[in-house]
Formats: sequence, structure tokens, C-alpha cells
Amino acid sequence: MTFVLTNLVPGDPATANLGEQASSDPAAVAEYRRQHGLDQPLPIQYARYLEDLARGDLGQSQQSHQPVLTDLRAAVPATMELAALAILLSLLVGVASGVVSALHRNRLGDHVLRVLSLLFVSMPTFWLALVAFYVFFDQLGWAAGSGRLDPGVTAPANVTGLYTVDAVLAGQWFTFWNAVSHLILPALVLTAHTVGLLTRFTRSAVLEVLSQDYVRSARAKGLPERTVLVHYVLRGALVPVITVAGLAFGALLSGTVLVESIFAWPGLGGYAFRSATTFDLPAVMGVGLVIGTIYLFVNLAVDVLYGVIDPRARVQ
Amino acid sequence: MNLRLLKRLPPACRRPLTLIGSGVALLWLLAGLAAPLLAPHDPLAQSLPRLAGPGRGHWFGTDALGRDILSRVLYGARVSIPLSLTVVALSLFVGGVLGGFAGYFGRRVDEVIMRVADLVLAFPTVILALVIAAALGASLQNAVLAILLVAWPPFARVARGLVLGLRSQEYILSGRLLGFSAWRSLRVDVLPGVLGPLLVLTALDIGNATLLLSGLSFLGLGAKPPIAEWGSMVADGTLQFDSWWIGVFPGLAILTIVLAFNFLGDALRDALDPGTAKTIGTAKEHAA
Repeated sequence: MTFVLTNLVPGDPATANLGEQASSDPAAVAEYRRQHGLDQPLPIQYARYLEDLARGDLGQSQQSHQPVLTDLRAAVPATMELAALAILLSLLVGVASGVVSALHRNRLGDHVLRVLSLLFVSMPTFWLALVAFYVFFDQLGWAAGSGRLDPGVTAPANVTGLYTVDAVLAGQWFTFWNAVSHLILPALVLTAHTVGLLTRFTRSAVLEVLSQDYVRSARAKGLPERTVLVHYVLRGALVPVITVAGLAFGALLSGTVLVESIFAWPGLGGYAFRSATTFDLPAVMGVGLVIGTIYLFVNLAVDVLYGVIDPRARVQ
Repeated sequence: MNLRLLKRLPPACRRPLTLIGSGVALLWLLAGLAAPLLAPHDPLAQSLPRLAGPGRGHWFGTDALGRDILSRVLYGARVSIPLSLTVVALSLFVGGVLGGFAGYFGRRVDEVIMRVADLVLAFPTVILALVIAAALGASLQNAVLAILLVAWPPFARVARGLVLGLRSQEYILSGRLLGFSAWRSLRVDVLPGVLGPLLVLTALDIGNATLLLSGLSFLGLGAKPPIAEWGSMVADGTLQFDSWWIGVFPGLAILTIVLAFNFLGDALRDALDPGTAKTIGTAKEHAA
């Protein structure tokens, strides 16, 4: 029984733990290959890196001449603010439209949503960012410009590093709205791809659950359609959807590399890009480490949510 | 005559979206092939007025160097499409072979190959590809190599799963009992059972590969400047903000070709039986 259940849960801790190791490896491998023309095994480098890491030392960035840790402390919250808003929006819109699409299967609404979601999945994020910036900032003037705040606005006192949260904590409402207005457009651009992914996946998950015997039984015993949908169908469909949401978060982080460059967002994506193109090895490894850790926590969250939604997946 | 032909196709291939998808893909293929005939100007010639908006003589406008955007978009099809197809074909080959070995030989081989696959999958694709491409040096070949390195694991996963399922089938067991070599067994007995679903995954992945390749070029890690490549053309657009046509048209080119590939991939998946479609659907999401 336990065996079957552990096999049912995809994101296993082994993969998640490997993420941590991977964070230092691929970057190192690539750089090392470039310099020496061969791929040396990394145990020695890796051991030395771990030693520094244990002391909280990520090395010095070659481009900013600051400790990587300092750079990351500034960049990570900027990206997390963006990514958190984007994944929240994606989940809300993506799951809702996926459910609607499935319930209207093969009718007009479904067709429209399917085409739209495919359109979003097929759209180059960097191009969408450019077009959105041009239309909503340059032409219409609806959105705030690049960066996290308007030039004259000073950042709120640093508590979490998330400008919106910090501004609220400091009671600076003007700064709060300014930060929000800067967040909206890049977050929406990032959302496009993941909304498409989640809509497509939710649709197929709901359709799959709808055809299950237990849903038929629930209907047969005369439960109101609402109850069937919320307690039976949605709950069943959520498990695969959460898996995809975890993966979508990865896609979102990928998107930040492209979007941040256009919106001049001082985040992790831009930092990753700058450090990779300048061969700033300690910075690249730092980024890798952070992303590996984020993945680890996302996987953990996904696994915990399985337990919340699906009693069969709870640890015995 | 045409209608009769259409009716012989499986239902999934008769849907309007599939037909539109194939139409668009075909158009781009033709545009790429016939670019020298279709393009009104030399894509590299800096002979037109600079930053001219769309109009007669240059329908898509011109860029900061006075090059014709339409011609560059048409020539771009000769870069993006073949390279995306190459990347995906290579991923199919590398992932298929590694996954096949992992599934067939099991134990150590399986352990090592799949660990490496997990390692790659534990990273956002763009960021990993970015790091690899940057380390190798900016060029189209290196971008292709970088994408290959991040794109093979989903193929390996699917191939491994399929081979594991096939390995215990009686016809393969009897082959082994007859003393056939692993090579013969994999090639003759296993391959036909694995190829179909893998090809579907390939079709579904072409769009992704196109996006990733143009994304790397956009970041300046793919095509080098004079080459007309869609991603780097969009990047040119970010430098000339008020001349929207520079970035918009190449972006639309990427959008339409990726959309067409995705329509086709979906159709191919639906045309297979639902069971297979499901495994591949999951793997595809992993790939994303």
C-alpha cells in the first residue's frame, strides 16, 4: 500500500535534494569545460565550495565587486515579489478557465479558451514584454515604467525586501501603490505563459476526473451538481494541477530572465543573465544555489499540498 | 477529390485548427525555402532609409541600419525553423537512446542516466540553457548544443518508461532467450514500440525549442549580429523603442510558427490512443 502511494507522488525528495547539488554542478561544469576543454569530475571543487558555503560565504561577484550574498539579498526579493504575484494570478485564472473549458467541453467557450491558452503558450515572452511595454507604457501611459519604483520614490525600510510588504509595514501608502503599479505589467506578462499551461492541464485533469466512477456515483445518489463539482471533481483534479503548478513556477522563473531585462527589473533573472554572460562564476553558482533552494521549497510545498488534498498521499 | 482525401485522415487531423496549423507551417516552410525569390530586398543590405515605418517598398518598415524587416523576417525562417527541427531531432535521438538504455539495461546504467536527467530537470530550462550557452560562447551552434543539453531528459524519461513496459513482454523475452544481442533486441524488437509515442513528444516539443532558441538569441547568446534571426531582431526592437515595427513583426513570426507547431503536435497526440496521449502529456508538461 505504502509502496503504491509513494509511487503515486511524483516530486520525490531524492529529486528535490539533487536540486541542491545541481545548483553548483551544471554551472561549474560548463565553465570548467570552457577553460580546460574537458569535463573534469567536480568532487574537489565541489568540496571546497561546500566548505565556503557552510560558512555562509558565496564568494565575491566579479562584476559588482560585492559579496554574492549581498547581491542576492537585493535581487531575490525583487524576483520573488514578481513571481509570487504572477503564480497567484496564473493559478486563479488558469484553474478557473481550465474548469470552465472542461465543463463546456466542445462548445464555443471551450474552443475559445483552448485557442487562447494555446496562443499564450506559443507566445515568446520577451516579445510580449516588449509589446506590452510599448502599448501600455509608451503609447497609452497606463502602466508605470521600468524598475520597481518611480525615480523620485525612495524604497521603504528594508524588512522583507518585498517593496509592497515593506511599504505597508512602514505605513507608506503612496510607496505601496507606486510599487504595485510597477509590478502589474511585468507580472501580467509573466503570467501569460503559465496561464496557458495551467488552463490546458486543468482542462484535461477535470475531464479525466469527470469520467471517473465516483463522480458518476455522486451524481447518481442525487447530490446537487455544485457539491459534485466542488467536493468531488475539483478535489480530484487538483492533485495533478498542483504538480503542474510546481513546474509552472519553474517556467515562470525562466521567464523572469527574459522579462526582467525589458522592464529593467533588478531581480534574479537579470542577475543570472549578467553573471552568465560575464563569466562571473561565483555569482552564477549563487544564482544556481538560490534557484535550487526555491525549487526544493516548491517541491516541498507541492508534496505537502498533496497530503492536504489527497488523504491517500498522507505519510503513514 | 480533395474532400475525399480529407475524410481518409483520422478525425484529429481533420479539425480546423489542425488544418490551419499545417497551413501556416507549410507557408513558413515555403517562405523559408523561397526567401531569395520572395524577399523584396537583400536582408543584409543597408540601403533603405533608416527607421522607416511600414509603407510602400518596405511593408514591415526598416531597422536602425536601413535593412528591410520583411526580407529579414523571411530569411529568418531559414534560420529558426531548420535549427529548431535539428534541436528537437537531436534531443529525440540522444534522449531516446539514453532512455532506451536506461530502461533496457536497468540497474547502474538506469541509475546514472536518470540521475543526470533529474539533475537537468531540477532547473528552469532557460536559466540552465543560458548558463551553458554563455559558457560555450555566443553562437548559433552553441545555442543549439545548450538547448539539446537541457531538452533531452523528457525524451529519456518517456523512452525509459516505454522500454520498461516492453522489456517484460513475451516476444522480447523470447528473443533474449534465443540469444539475440541487446543491440538487435533494442533495434528490432523494442524500437518500433517506442518510436510512435516519442515522435509525438517530438512534435509537441518543436514549439518549445523554437521559443527557447529565439529566447537565447534575444539575449544575445544565439545568432551573431548580421544574421537575420527572429529572436535577435526582437532584441533590436528593444533598442529602438518608438519604432515598434522592428520588434513586432519578427515576434509575430515566432508566434505563428510556434502556434502552428503546437496545433500539429496536439493533433498528433490526440490521434494516438488516449492512454499514450496521457503519458506524453505529462512528460510534455515536465518539459515545460
